[in-house]
Amino acid sequence: MSENNELTESIERYLNGEMTKLERAQFEELRAKDASINTKVAEHKHFINLVKQYGERLELERRLDAIHDEIDVHALEDELMIHPSWVVRMWRNHHSKISVAASIAIFAVLSTLFFTGYLNNKNANYGPLKGKIDKLERDQNTLINTVKNLPVQHPQMTNPGNFRGTGFAISANGYIVTDNHVIRNADSVYVQAADGKSYRTKVVYVEPVNDIAILEITDPSFKPLAPLPYTLKKTETDLGESVFTIGYPKESIVLGSGLLTSSTGFKGDTTQYQTSALLDYGHSGGPLFDNKGNIIGIVNGKQTRIEGAAFAVKTSYLLKAIKDIPADSLNKPLNANGKNTLAGLARPQQIKRLENYVFMVRVYNQ
Amino acid sequence: MSKEINSGIPTDSEVILGILNNSENVLKRLYLAYFPMILQLVINNNGNTDDAKDIYQEAIIVLYNKVKTGDFELSSKLKTYIYSICRRLWLKRLTQMNRYGGDIKDFQEFLVVDDETEKNNERDIQFNKMGSALQQLGEPCKTIIEDFYINNKSMQEICEEFGYTNADNAKTQKYKCLQRLKKLFFQQK
Repeated sequence: MSENNELTESIERYLNGEMTKLERAQFEELRAKDASINTKVAEHKHFINLVKQYGERLELERRLDAIHDEIDVHALEDELMIHPSWVVRMWRNHHSKISVAASIAIFAVLSTLFFTGYLNNKNANYGPLKGKIDKLERDQNTLINTVKNLPVQHPQMTNPGNFRGTGFAISANGYIVTDNHVIRNADSVYVQAADGKSYRTKVVYVEPVNDIAILEITDPSFKPLAPLPYTLKKTETDLGESVFTIGYPKESIVLGSGLLTSSTGFKGDTTQYQTSALLDYGHSGGPLFDNKGNIIGIVNGKQTRIEGAAFAVKTSYLLKAIKDIPADSLNKPLNANGKNTLAGLARPQQIKRLENYVFMVRVYNQ
Repeated sequence: MSKEINSGIPTDSEVILGILNNSENVLKRLYLAYFPMILQLVINNNGNTDDAKDIYQEAIIVLYNKVKTGDFELSSKLKTYIYSICRRLWLKRLTQMNRYGGDIKDFQEFLVVDDETEKNNERDIQFNKMGSALQQLGEPCKTIIEDFYINNKSMQEICEEFGYTNADNAKTQKYKCLQRLKKLFFQQK
């Protein structure tokens, strides 16, 4: 160990230039002769340099720290920080509160919609085919009506009513079928024939579940119709059957035709058919005919967001409704059995014959 | 020397000369001149004031060593050079901490620099090793080594300070310490 120390001391003295000339010459000779000593000299030099540089680094860091301590870093920080806009700051500071508030708001809206039945209300996406007539016109006509004050005797009815739909005869002696939603809440219901004559009616039976209403013309000026040219078809009609309806979405009769596109109605309602006929508000309550002129349904509604999807209540439910009418509410016998005389005719001739059996339904309420 | 003349932002050549002459005044003015710029860079890019201090001092040390070793060539404004080094160092550190979001807000023009910070990194590793070797060495060895090799005290002074009876004892002690320091240093990975 002491030998080792001596060598290290020699190396140090040699590197620091502390040796005498003689010693130096001897040491250089030793270095040249012994390679291991030569390496040791180089190693020692390198290591001591590293120690010295390390010391310098520490010293420099200490000086820098001393300078740094003189800086008011917090003041500088406030000055140099880019402050985001107040929206961003607000979000950063209060985002949990904002999130909770938003969730509560959404929950409140959804539960309100749920409890008020908005979410499962079929009408949200469903518009009854019933025409609502302009309020202004109504007010004006109510005025005229009041002045004349003879609505029943007047064959030419001028009052268009609050609501308008379509109805059709199911017997020659004045029983008319329409949709319950057309005459609901009505004070009085009139039907107007294709020739413009208007008749007062009485509601004899309603079946809200299937949206069916049966009216009886009570007006003394009504003369029985010729025997019905159509029958009510009892069996289901197949998809693809060409179908048509006529009704009163406006003052004159309008034809709607298309195909039977589904054996179920709105949202899979099995009491209805779906048809591609383009129908308008006011066709409600009209008859849906098959190609031969048999009635297969009562036009009922359409899907408001999809064009070309209208619905009709199947005739079997109408027949059931007719059967269910209490006998004491009928003043005359209701004989719904017609004889089909339309089968061989072309569509224009069919419609010409049918016109007299399809009525505009006008509804008055306060 | 009047203080007014030697305050404020030093010129670039003043800085070079000042570092070569170990001027405390120039170092201080250099430090104060550009620290706000780096603080702005770091605190607006996911860092805090301590990060800014670390980064800035590292950059000053890089500059200092380059000037001292004589391989510093000023090819741009010193301000741009310091900003570029700090920017590079901060990006590296952000990536290491997984805090780098893919873009950085810049406040100055900058150059692309890389090799010098790498070289400095190697030296830092050596210094870290040396620091922990000295810690493990313990007293009185640590102080003897520091006093003799770093603070350039004579063996006579050290002898008196530690109460050795003669200089030879102190010398023997010093060589033992150096031997152990080397061993500790090279043992580290």
